[in-house]
Amino acid sequence: MASKQNTSRGSARRRPATGKAEKVRPFKRPVWELRLYVAGMTPTSIRAFENLKQLCEEHMHGAYKIQVVDLLEWPKLATGDQIIAVPTLVRRLPTPVKKIIGDLSNTERVLVGLDLRPAGGRR
Amino acid sequence: MAASTAIKKKNLFAPRPSMVLEKVPTGIRGLDQVTHGGFPKGRTALVCGGPGTGKTLLGLEFLVRGATLYGEPGVCVAMEETVDELVTNVASLGYDLPALVRTKKLAMDYVHVERKQIEETGEYDLEGLFIRLRAAIEKVKAKRVLLDTIELLFLGLTNHGIVRAELRRLFHWLKDAGVTAVVTAEVGEKALTRYGLEEYVADCVIVLDHRVTEQISTRRLRVVKYRGSSHETNEYPFLLDDEGISVVPITSVGLTHSAPTERLSSGIPSLDVMLANQGFFRGASILITGTAGTGKSSFAAAFAGAACTRKERALYFAYEESPSQILRNMKSVGLDLEKWMQQDLLRIHATRPTAAGLEAHLAHLYQEVEQFKPNVVVVDPITNLISVGDLHSVKAMLTRLIDFLKTHNITAMFTNLVYGNELMEETAIGISSLMDSWLVLRDVHHGEAQRVRTLNLLKSRGMAHDTRMHSFTLSNKGIEIHGI
Repeated sequence: MASKQNTSRGSARRRPATGKAEKVRPFKRPVWELRLYVAGMTPTSIRAFENLKQLCEEHMHGAYKIQVVDLLEWPKLATGDQIIAVPTLVRRLPTPVKKIIGDLSNTERVLVGLDLRPAGGRR
Repeated sequence: MAASTAIKKKNLFAPRPSMVLEKVPTGIRGLDQVTHGGFPKGRTALVCGGPGTGKTLLGLEFLVRGATLYGEPGVCVAMEETVDELVTNVASLGYDLPALVRTKKLAMDYVHVERKQIEETGEYDLEGLFIRLRAAIEKVKAKRVLLDTIELLFLGLTNHGIVRAELRRLFHWLKDAGVTAVVTAEVGEKALTRYGLEEYVADCVIVLDHRVTEQISTRRLRVVKYRGSSHETNEYPFLLDDEGISVVPITSVGLTHSAPTERLSSGIPSLDVMLANQGFFRGASILITGTAGTGKSSFAAAFAGAACTRKERALYFAYEESPSQILRNMKSVGLDLEKWMQQDLLRIHATRPTAAGLEAHLAHLYQEVEQFKPNVVVVDPITNLISVGDLHSVKAMLTRLIDFLKTHNITAMFTNLVYGNELMEETAIGISSLMDSWLVLRDVHHGEAQRVRTLNLLKSRGMAHDTRMHSFTLSNKGIEIHGI
């Protein structure tokens, strides 16, 4: 797959204790499998990737995997995850599958979308 | 220098063949007539209507007909129903979508948009959808596209500004790709569609409607707009049945039909004698009026039987009796219609007038006539159709029907029931002027305990016909007119 992989699993470094995330999953450190769908290396998709990278490093350090899928090269993959907008971030693991579209510039909303932070009144 | 620019400018305005709007036939019966040739080639047509009006079916039929009749493969982007649901839903209409997919004449993609699953953060575009559409188009080398229902994007995505900009881009892109597209949308309360899609797709707009009047439903279709082309502006009824959609262009074609000189037997030798010794004109419309039990149906059946004897096809629309009842009753007056049915020279279609609206009846008549291609048509009786429409619309419908039959050179006989001593002229719902021949049957008291059936040829255009009143009898030998 022509995708950039950025895997840093099982790193020795501990994730900074955020408290809330620990409370949600107290027993096992979750493994995050994320897929970012883009269409070519546009400024928006580069921005989305950078935003995502930064966010992952901060909130799920050492326990995430990002796969970047360029739909221009792999158009057929758009059907499986029901992609219509780009960029789309799909949280494949942990389940349930979550989707966040846009350049991920609003960190708060991304965190809510990834279940890393409770949304106001949603829980 | 200046002169040459002037000439160049002039040439710019000279009509070029490429400037004429090209159209692709939809292949949907009647719709190509209403749109004067089909949908605009390489552009997008908008089909809008309420829920259950047949938008998806119209779009799918556009694809299916394109693939099967015109060698134009199609792509269906379904947003409302899954591919499996679509396949099942249209199987009853006789479309075999999986077969078309297998033979690469059709590509289907189910695009699921659900708001709950999606969080939006910052900028995005709908390139993902474009890529999917492009992949599907390339897969089958599509010339036609159906986007059903694209406005679900507005429900799934919160940033409507982006959706609008992207839709505009999509329609431009479709134009560049040279595919003819159909977009479906729900009707809106204030605008034509709920999200104002007509602003983007303004080339051809079709509105579908499903109305129920006096418990009888009629589907209707109207071409609201067709940029760069003439089109019919009326509302047309359409049918959805096991053969798909048929739109009925019910506008009258006008008085341009030719007048054949060929004569046809009425099936009753003595009546032929009254008709200047030769019978009715081919292509004529014949009216038989009479009170209850005067034998109108027997005259109609004799006429249909005579056509079959000449090895012509007869189509009998019965609004009062079932086919088997007609066969039995006609046997009693010496007419064996069953053998003609077995040879498929005669077809009897029996329906209750109240089973459908007036236009649906007309649509049904058209459809049967186009399919069976009869030489002779009997409508027995037209009176019952009055029960489903007002006088004005019945007359309008009959005008269209008669024009339609005349242009196809079909001879038609209509029976009409009249009550008691009403004035014949008035009761014939004002349609007698449309008729070429008019036969009046009466029941006359003869003495104390006898009733005699009488007949009178009130008119028969273009011939020196018998104008006297004659008595006639119905027996197992058929109809016998006395005193000829």
